[in-house]
Amino acid sequence: MANAKSNVALQNSLVVLRILIGWHFLYEGVVKIYNPEWTAFGYLATAQGPLKSVFSLLANNEIIGWVDTFNALALLFAGITLILGIFEKKGALAAIVLLAMYYLAHPPFPGLQQLNVEGNYWFVNKNLIELMACVILYLYPTGKIFGLAYFMKKKKTPKIEKV
Amino acid sequence: MKMKRRDLLKGLGGLPILGAVWWAGAVNTIGSNKERTEILEQLNIRPSLPKTMAEISGSPVRVGIVGFGIRGEQLCRSLGFATKEWMEEMRLAAIEIPGHSALKDYMSQGKLNVNLVGVCDIFDMRAEKALNSFATDDNKIKRYKTHQEMIYSGDIDAIIIATPDHWHAPMAIDALNNNISVYVEKPMTHNIEETYRLREAAQNSKGVFVVGHQHRQTLSFKTAQDVVEKGTLGHVSLIQTNTNRNDDNGAWNYDIHEKANENTIDWDMFLGSAPKVPFNKNHFFRWRKWWAYGSGLSGDLLTHDYDRLNCVLNMGIPQSIMASGGVYAHNDGRNVPDVLQANMEFPDFSKGSSQIEGKEKGMTFCYSATLGNGFGRPTILMGHDATMELGNKLTVWPDAWSTRYAQSIEEGKMNPRVPIFQYNPASNVPDAISSATSQYFADKGLMWTYIDGVKVDSTYLHLREWLSVIKNGGSVSCGIKEGFEEAITAHMTGLSWKLGRRIEWDAEKEIIVPIDGVDFDKILLSNDSSLELV
Repeated sequence: MANAKSNVALQNSLVVLRILIGWHFLYEGVVKIYNPEWTAFGYLATAQGPLKSVFSLLANNEIIGWVDTFNALALLFAGITLILGIFEKKGALAAIVLLAMYYLAHPPFPGLQQLNVEGNYWFVNKNLIELMACVILYLYPTGKIFGLAYFMKKKKTPKIEKV
Repeated sequence: MKMKRRDLLKGLGGLPILGAVWWAGAVNTIGSNKERTEILEQLNIRPSLPKTMAEISGSPVRVGIVGFGIRGEQLCRSLGFATKEWMEEMRLAAIEIPGHSALKDYMSQGKLNVNLVGVCDIFDMRAEKALNSFATDDNKIKRYKTHQEMIYSGDIDAIIIATPDHWHAPMAIDALNNNISVYVEKPMTHNIEETYRLREAAQNSKGVFVVGHQHRQTLSFKTAQDVVEKGTLGHVSLIQTNTNRNDDNGAWNYDIHEKANENTIDWDMFLGSAPKVPFNKNHFFRWRKWWAYGSGLSGDLLTHDYDRLNCVLNMGIPQSIMASGGVYAHNDGRNVPDVLQANMEFPDFSKGSSQIEGKEKGMTFCYSATLGNGFGRPTILMGHDATMELGNKLTVWPDAWSTRYAQSIEEGKMNPRVPIFQYNPASNVPDAISSATSQYFADKGLMWTYIDGVKVDSTYLHLREWLSVIKNGGSVSCGIKEGFEEAITAHMTGLSWKLGRRIEWDAEKEIIVPIDGVDFDKILLSNDSSLELV
């Protein structure tokens, strides 16, 4: 009985987590598509750490336009799928890829200058934590509990396995 | 399956959230974009684009370099001639330091239609270094013993003068009188009398004369002209500009070459018009430290800052200058000051006003320099309506008590702590109300001048302009008028420091107002009691 209760609470918490992360991604994406002058150039050109050269390459004049468009669309995709609760595994995956890139472009490694951060970080920062949260969303989709996937629900209600 | 209200809520509950977030993002972004656009439209500043230059076509311009020291080498590189030694040094630096792009930038620099045909340096090692690197089977560079030999050879069309200051005017005048084009480093002259003679020579010559203030090519300064012309700053009453250096190189203590001696250096030629003193390596390599050959902060570095502002404001020669300072940071036998403050008065200066007529007029230009501290103080133009920081990047902040922006500030559309205009030649668009992030990235130094996406050095552009005018006619950015104003301002500052009194300019007669019993040039060139050989 206690287990069933805590399962429901856990499911509901995951739904809320999914919506919050979706909210965050969607807002970032919307802000970028409504501001045509927004560009990731500065962020990429000042990249640090082991993959610095890869990110600097992305800041190249010829492809930066594509990079900006791809980034905004990926943000929107992750945001919409996570909020609506449909194709959320694909959305979570997109979010994981984006967050991994943000993390690696300015990794909070000792010895690297931390740009524009509001806290103090050592290897672990909020991007990494949000990334792990997205991994959980990927593993435990909740769209069938709250989301468009609810309508595709078959007879059997998916349940989070007992832990 | 029968749909219940509960089912709909569970299935579609995300939709209103999606709508709300989208709406908020769109409204906020469009709103702040609108505010930005409104401010930019109100300011109506036009970012400057690179000048289109006529082709340097036909046969190559035949150029000779006089003085192949530190600056001479740099100028040759901008011209497309780098020494083998430098290329090797930069190749190694690129391997050692990731992102070191000096060699790459040099290799991608546009090719100028020039032949470096002659070199003139009185130190054998330097002349040989040039010959060794630049002489090819097609172009045998000739070494000339004197600048006159080079000028009268008939083999050159133009010379670049990168010698100590006391040789600038004599060489430039000789060349111009022979209709040879001249690119001379700053300061244009070393004393007052020759400044007038050089002006006359330039005006009467068929040669094209340019002073090496390459920053006139910097795009941000051209945009800054527009910022001022549009009245963005209101009446500018004070300009603050600075030099801050704290290293040996910055204090002109350059390396002394190990092979320098009386046999490898033509000492008499070096001295020229300077007082006859025995051979002295310190004087030869570190000539900027003595009035006999150089002019210290006033001629060497103030001229940069003065001309930068003269380029933006076209304010001309100040009505008066008072300077003070001393040798406070490098007491090593030099007799030019290493700390210098110069206050220049422009009582009639006006570029318009946002207040009642007659209330505002006049400006002080305050130059403050030390060679004993490297803290970067920015150049600031202080107007009644706004403040502009002038560098490779431009930033304009509205003033809290501005007349022009009073309403916008009251309505909260402008904030004195947030820039209303930012210009960065490295980015594609001017930026009003920048975020903390973009502000930071701009400050990080992502501000090279780009032309068609390529990082370009301004000396290259300055030389290219000169060569284009030689071939096609037209006007140069820093010609004799600008050079004359720069040189007179530098000399007035030097005189004021030496005499400890105010030096005035008579704009009508175009002379420095005489002081009874004082021979200005004698004072300016004198090494006074502190000329002790070290």
